[in-house]
Amino acid sequence: MSKAKTNVGRRSFIKSVGLAGGGMMIGFSWLYSCKETPKGEAIAALEMPENWYELNGFLKIGENGVVTIMSPNPEIGQNVKTSMPMLVAEELDVDWKNVIVEQAPLNTDIFTRQLAGGSQSIRQGWESLRMAGATAKHMLKQAAADAWGVPFGEIEVSEGILSHAATNQSAGFGDMAAAAASVEVPEEVELKEKTDFKIIGTSRKNVDAQKIVTGQPLFGLDYKENGMLIAMLVQPPAFGMQFKSMNADAVLKMPGIKEVFVMDTYKDVKGISAFDTTAFTKLPVVVGETTWQVLQAKKQLDVAWENAPDVTVEMNFFGRNTTKNYPAGLENSDTHFKIMAQEGAKNATVARKDGDPETQFKNAARIIERSYSCPFLAHNTMEPMNFFAHVTADEAKLVGPIQTPEIMEMSVSERLGLPKEKVDIMMTRQGGGFGRRLYGHFLVEAAVISQKTNTPIKLIYTREDDMTNGVYRPAYYATYRAAIDENNNVTAFHVNAGGIPESPLAANRFPAGAFEHYLAEQWEVESNITTGAFRAPRSNFIAGAEQSFLDELAEEVGKDPIQFRLDLLAKAESNPIGENNDYDAARYAGVLKKVRETSDWDTPKTGVSRGVSAYFCHNSYVAQVLDLEMKNNEPNVKEVFCAVDCGIVVNPDAAENLVQGGTVDGIGHAMYSAITFKDGQPEQRNFDTYRLIRHSEAPSKVKVDFVKSDINPTGLGEPPFPPIMGAVANALYKATGKRHYHQPFMGNQELKG
Amino acid sequence: MALYNLKVNGKKQQIEVDETTPMLWVLRDHLDLVGTKFGCGAAQCGACTIHLDGDAVRSCVTPVSVAAEYDITTIEGLSENGDHPVQKAWLAHDVPQCGYCQAGQIMNASALLKKNPSPTDDEIDAAMDGNICRCGTYTRIKAAIKTAANQNATS
Repeated sequence: MSKAKTNVGRRSFIKSVGLAGGGMMIGFSWLYSCKETPKGEAIAALEMPENWYELNGFLKIGENGVVTIMSPNPEIGQNVKTSMPMLVAEELDVDWKNVIVEQAPLNTDIFTRQLAGGSQSIRQGWESLRMAGATAKHMLKQAAADAWGVPFGEIEVSEGILSHAATNQSAGFGDMAAAAASVEVPEEVELKEKTDFKIIGTSRKNVDAQKIVTGQPLFGLDYKENGMLIAMLVQPPAFGMQFKSMNADAVLKMPGIKEVFVMDTYKDVKGISAFDTTAFTKLPVVVGETTWQVLQAKKQLDVAWENAPDVTVEMNFFGRNTTKNYPAGLENSDTHFKIMAQEGAKNATVARKDGDPETQFKNAARIIERSYSCPFLAHNTMEPMNFFAHVTADEAKLVGPIQTPEIMEMSVSERLGLPKEKVDIMMTRQGGGFGRRLYGHFLVEAAVISQKTNTPIKLIYTREDDMTNGVYRPAYYATYRAAIDENNNVTAFHVNAGGIPESPLAANRFPAGAFEHYLAEQWEVESNITTGAFRAPRSNFIAGAEQSFLDELAEEVGKDPIQFRLDLLAKAESNPIGENNDYDAARYAGVLKKVRETSDWDTPKTGVSRGVSAYFCHNSYVAQVLDLEMKNNEPNVKEVFCAVDCGIVVNPDAAENLVQGGTVDGIGHAMYSAITFKDGQPEQRNFDTYRLIRHSEAPSKVKVDFVKSDINPTGLGEPPFPPIMGAVANALYKATGKRHYHQPFMGNQELKG
Repeated sequence: MALYNLKVNGKKQQIEVDETTPMLWVLRDHLDLVGTKFGCGAAQCGACTIHLDGDAVRSCVTPVSVAAEYDITTIEGLSENGDHPVQKAWLAHDVPQCGYCQAGQIMNASALLKKNPSPTDDEIDAAMDGNICRCGTYTRIKAAIKTAANQNATS
């Protein structure tokens, strides 16, 4: 056991010990029981206690022993709503069957980092969540020790039962909950040894699964209050355009339509947060009774648009002020590609340089040089952007899907002119995030619309609104060069990478550190197409490019692709070049060795073409081997083998699911997906033209193996996504004899609906 | 506006809406049955799948005037206690990630299994290809469909 200082208080932050929710909500519950449903029986619900005793902000215990654990972070499909409470339950030593999970309200005084981003929820909640459970357990033990007049140290706890062996006494958590609530909060508590974990490391079902498969209200779009109206926006047809004027007369006469007006999302675009990024800040709004009525009216609205001027925005990014330029003009993807292909040579800045790469390239026996690119991508969360808002003169209530509730609370507060304490944001389950819901302009828009109309409203984006709204994954381009001597040794390595509007380069990641002579350069091109984080930002391109180039390099020097990487990693481990290498070479090699074994890489396999790839990002290591075959000239992915090192695996089956999903998602984006532009207009507006991977294109099997580890857990939502794109490219080369450099590899082929 | 007598999940419902209103919005806005999801509005993603007389259809492009002719089943009415073999298989495989598309996947899979109790892999792909999952849970969906199919065979 290890002692740790507690950082959970008690009294200061108790707001209410009642159940969340109120009379206004329709069919929406924030609670879920962890008790699994017996086969074939009705949904088993735990019996609710009459009183709850809140031991700290993370948990409360009923007199009947039922425990409610708060899940602090936004749930976007990464399963934190199950795995974060597991950490609390572990240290509390409660029977998981007696646990109810409740989505916590936004309160960063208690819950610190309530954000879904960077695959950091478990990593950064690891200490505080366990601490909350251990603190409550300590208080329950103290209550029992006091009641029985026995030493604190002699109280044992197991699955919600406190006991004292010498006097043969025992009591449930519920019996001691009232007394524990008035025990002084300990200054330090003991945390379990990892070898004593009983819940962490065991598979627990998704706490929302029963609601999901029976269609219960759960998502932002499902949220409804009495008297609520529906609102939709009308966007310019193209990036580089803005609102000019409108005539709403005809639309105002349509059935159910209440109001049509022009909204300014922000008072002033100067000084907004980077998470307020949005392409269009002045937009017509249609408000009406039902979704279908508003949809019809929106289509009919007579709006004139004009070309937008150059816009400069001063943005605040985590307290740092940056300037962002959105140049005027209607942009084209063909031009983008040409600009990117030319820009690197002209405007690159050096990000890292080791040794003397120039001389090595001059003296090389031969040089290989390859360029890679990828298009903009729309996040396409299956649940389109939406938010509920009810703003009155002195408070604002917002409910819906948002990855950055704390940051958006500030934006809403500033925009409405209400103090932060009067802005209440409740997080629903989210129909996907992938980074899109880090940018909460839609939440500010909902608040502004509710304030203007003086009614509760729900803002809904159509799929077309969502797909053409921006905050896309940037378009990237990278050129790799390697100098090779007459003995087939790679003597220097050069990467030059950039994009619109940012570079994907991570100069200190592998293979930096493995080459004595190394040069990394980067560049950027401005655009008025708004971009943002997309599942594993930057890594989601550069991993595939780098891993494709290493594959080609291995072939060029006559080495097995896994052995080639392992040799480089061995060099980086034993004799690293430079001091800022941002990876652990031994763990990196570990996942490659594991996937070599699990995929039986060294035994030639007939009938399939294999590609390998490995990458490190978000503190975790992933290696993948992908098998595909060609069927009617189309690649058909058969099986993928994944080896993952993310430290301790909290919830193994859910972790496996996340790796399988990230792998499938990565295959899809490498092969099929793209947003392209003609005169500023996105050429894809819905799933008839934007291609996402479908059932028949997904691998039949994704085998996942985790490296056994007792290192504290690291990210998992993002790490499996980037490397698979390299494995796809490398397997495609084996299958077709042709290297694939430009995503999406399958282009825009005939679409399926 | 027109008056419709609908039979939804075995229950009679009378509503007055514009005849062009897609069944999706009748369910979500008028009947508070929000298990049927809005994904694309264009029959391209399958999130809004419901059953009309047992056949899977996309409710986002099915006007209420058409749906009114049939027995309508939504995810809420697929089984009384959430224990349809497909729902049970989904829980056993812990399929969902974000979960948003899963009601549509389940409705499409249950319609498939009713017609074809033991589908092959290719038949599953062909039947399910219209249902998109951005989280990429396809491998688990397929495994769950097979589990449900085996339960069909043994029950």
